[in-house]
Amino acid sequence: MNNSMVHPAQRSGRLAAFHIDLPLLLGLLTLLGFGLVILFSATGQSEAMMKAQIIRLGVALAVMVGIAQVSPQTIRRWAIALFGVGLLMLVAVLLFGYVGKGAQRWLDLGFMKFQPSEIMKLAVPMAVAWFIAADNLPPRIWRLVVGFIMCAVPTLLIAKQPDLGTSLLIAMSGVFVLFLAGMSWRLISVIGVLVSAFAPVMWFFLMHDYQRQRVLTFLNPETDPLGSGYHIIQSKIAIGSGGVDGKGWLQGTQSQLEFLPERHTDFIFAVLSEEFGLIGVILLLAIYFFIIARGLIIASQAQDNFSKLVAGSFTLTFFVYVFVNIGMVSGLLPVVGVPLPLVSYGGTSMVTLMAAFGVLMSVSTHKRMLANV
Amino acid sequence: MLKKRVAMQDIAAETRLFNSRAVVAILVVCLLFTTILINMYNLQVRSYQDYQIRSEGNRIKVLPLAPNRGLISDRNGILLAENKPVFSLELVPEQIDDIQTTLDSLAELIEISDQQQQEFLQQVRHQRRFNSIALKERLDEQEVAVISVNLHRFPGVTVEARLSRHYPFGDLFTHALGYIGKINTDDLRRLDEQGQLANYAASREIGKLGLERYYETELHGTMGFQEVEVNNRGRVIRVLRSVAASSGKNIKLSLDVGLQLTAQQTLSQHRGAIVAMDPRDGAVLAFYSNPSYDPNLFVHGISSTNYNALLHSPDRPLINRATQGIYPPASTIKPLMALLGLETNTVQPDTRVWDPGYFTLPNSDHRFRDWKRGGHGWVDVYSAVAQSCDIYFYDLGIKLGIDRISDYMRQFGFGERTGIDIHEEASANMPSRGWKRARYNQPWYPGDTVPLSIGQSFWTATPLQLALSTAVLVNKGLLPTPHMAAELSSENSSELVDPGLRPSVNVVDEDNWRVITDTMVQTVATLKGTAHPAFKTADFSSGGKTGTAQVVAIAQDAKYDAKSLDERHRDNAMYIGYAPAENPTVVFAVAVENTGGGSSVAAPIGRQLLDYYFSAGVNANE
Repeated sequence: MNNSMVHPAQRSGRLAAFHIDLPLLLGLLTLLGFGLVILFSATGQSEAMMKAQIIRLGVALAVMVGIAQVSPQTIRRWAIALFGVGLLMLVAVLLFGYVGKGAQRWLDLGFMKFQPSEIMKLAVPMAVAWFIAADNLPPRIWRLVVGFIMCAVPTLLIAKQPDLGTSLLIAMSGVFVLFLAGMSWRLISVIGVLVSAFAPVMWFFLMHDYQRQRVLTFLNPETDPLGSGYHIIQSKIAIGSGGVDGKGWLQGTQSQLEFLPERHTDFIFAVLSEEFGLIGVILLLAIYFFIIARGLIIASQAQDNFSKLVAGSFTLTFFVYVFVNIGMVSGLLPVVGVPLPLVSYGGTSMVTLMAAFGVLMSVSTHKRMLANV
Repeated sequence: MLKKRVAMQDIAAETRLFNSRAVVAILVVCLLFTTILINMYNLQVRSYQDYQIRSEGNRIKVLPLAPNRGLISDRNGILLAENKPVFSLELVPEQIDDIQTTLDSLAELIEISDQQQQEFLQQVRHQRRFNSIALKERLDEQEVAVISVNLHRFPGVTVEARLSRHYPFGDLFTHALGYIGKINTDDLRRLDEQGQLANYAASREIGKLGLERYYETELHGTMGFQEVEVNNRGRVIRVLRSVAASSGKNIKLSLDVGLQLTAQQTLSQHRGAIVAMDPRDGAVLAFYSNPSYDPNLFVHGISSTNYNALLHSPDRPLINRATQGIYPPASTIKPLMALLGLETNTVQPDTRVWDPGYFTLPNSDHRFRDWKRGGHGWVDVYSAVAQSCDIYFYDLGIKLGIDRISDYMRQFGFGERTGIDIHEEASANMPSRGWKRARYNQPWYPGDTVPLSIGQSFWTATPLQLALSTAVLVNKGLLPTPHMAAELSSENSSELVDPGLRPSVNVVDEDNWRVITDTMVQTVATLKGTAHPAFKTADFSSGGKTGTAQVVAIAQDAKYDAKSLDERHRDNAMYIGYAPAENPTVVFAVAVENTGGGSSVAAPIGRQLLDYYFSAGVNANE
């Protein structure tokens, strides 16, 4: 009988010793495995690219497990420092950054090129959570104001690179902290109105031509079928022609004959939709939903506010990535360069995401000490 | 203690607060996931058909396959127009590491001009890397051999064969066959109007002239296609479905290579034309216009030097003299004039006319002269035709009047296109009162009728019309439609070309027709007959009529330089004939420009033609 009363972390046995949250791990491994299957098709069965992706996965998993060993308290102590370093790097990027694809996002550290905005994806919600959790919830107004400023500064720096998509996602991850912390609904409505009012300002003064073009193309892709509308049209053809059960793995004509652009990166969801059909889509969404639900459960069961806020914000940000990518590939949202998390080919963002899941695992598995208090 | 209590209460409230926010969040997540699923349902289930079609449209391309053009042969099956493989040296850029090195090495093997290299390199820049691009076209046999032996040294280099039209007899059949050439914008417009454009998607050439043009639809055949899967750059990944092109119909002509060669040899250096046909069905046996030219020059696009030489040659080789050469028929129409005289009872076979060597109209002292000084004395219809007496016909013409002459001769095909199966045909002119009024705004004078009666002045005819009118004569009024194609055949069917005979001239008294053919036989067979010198040694019977047109060179030849004026003003020699005398199987017309008398030049050519015709048994099996 006593056994049933044992703490969940102890029931996980050996995994608990490594601070691994089993449901989250299973969800992630299922997603990564499914992702590799899709990627094999999306890369045109390129063994070299598969190898590179698997190595990246290994690194990312190692980072996740490594971070899981660190207690939330330690993470909390380092949060503000990470935020400070991230800010300095963003300034450095603007001053000495390496220009790639027309945008200045990379910092050349000599041995590797590095995108400081990746650090900020973690640092912004952690620093805001650190600041908000220093007091009781719901936060007082001045803490909210400072919290917003902590979001706004890196957002503006990244928007200037220019990388509007990433900057908005980072701003959102900070705002999620404020939302979860219990920012009043009245304030939320006021901010909502302000943002709507800000939109035209953004359109006319902050957005680049190519960004405006993306929005216009989104609103009506068929006006320019061979130009900027090509991506989204081909993507929708790929998705739609997949039907319910898909054309079969490696059999997607849109994907395999390369009508689908960016098929192994941003548009990999269209490859899945074409080859596995609606059934594959539902399966993928189910896996994502499981991971997100598990993340929110971990957040809700966390024992301190910092942990709750960080875990909740990371989980919701992960969801936003999923939603923005799928929305853009299926024509619900304008084309912004957001990869499908943990499925798209590519390194930095995967490591960042797995680091975030490392934090979630840390939150989930370091509770005993507090529980014993 | 107090502070700790407050903190403890806070923890419970904070947890509730956080959890309520987390619930809101998970609800929003569910809502947005549902949005995605609804959108997916719309795309993948409701619009599935639509996107399925667009996806197929993306990947499937239809490549047209050109049909093989039908072959053309003579009556004995000897090929006159064939499809010969021509070889071109082609390179696929993406399979070649260093294009310049390859070009240099190839240039050591065969001659490749700088221009060819430049054009090739330009193509390389404009075409897809995987497309095969021609470096040199129309390789000769030795070049093909040299390249083929060394092909293993050059990956990405191939010798490609494709079929090209070839006319093995060169200039012998040009005015009959015509030629094919590259499709131009006019051709495209015409094809579009005919609704044939799609069928030509893979074709590069089209019939431009002659039979090649007239029977274009039959010769071309039906396009096939290949349904292929392509990637986003248009590279063919695999063939999904293939429908073979069906070749055009082969055409067997009624022309005879031997007779055609005889025509060419007998005309030799002279400008002129020869047409021979079977009067029984209008099948053309010989159709030659001299000088001719090599139609093969046009197949691959003629050079401007060559074209200008043809265009500006004073001999006008481009004109098809057999159907576009407009000659005064001269005395060759005398038998028909005599026939009209008999049929209208204007003269009787034994009516005699005194020929003093000249003719005057009443109330006029203008003398229309006979070609023979001093005249022929008393002549009846036999001697008038056989000796080609002009005075007899001046008199007859005046008695008949222009209206009867004009109407009657039209029934023999004068002044009308014969409807032969090429488009290059002139109608020439059979004058009438109405024509003169319209053309010159003048009334018809009796003085116009006099020279008309011997086939001069306004009356003109093509050699084909002369042969045709002879056919109507020997057919006793039945008019055939001349045609060079005898049989169109595809793989599993064939059809004979037989336009049939049309009753054109009303026969009043068959004996009159008999009299006239007799006069023509006498022209050939009696001592005084104008064709007798040419035919006296012949071992076959025939009828004929000579003609000597007092110059006016053919109508199109308006501009000649002064030096050649004299030669160009010599008489045209004409001869029409048929053989054998009973139940003729061939009628023919010979026109030779600026060479003198019909008796001395044209009749001997007719003799040689018939010699070959009978010795080779050209039409014997029919």
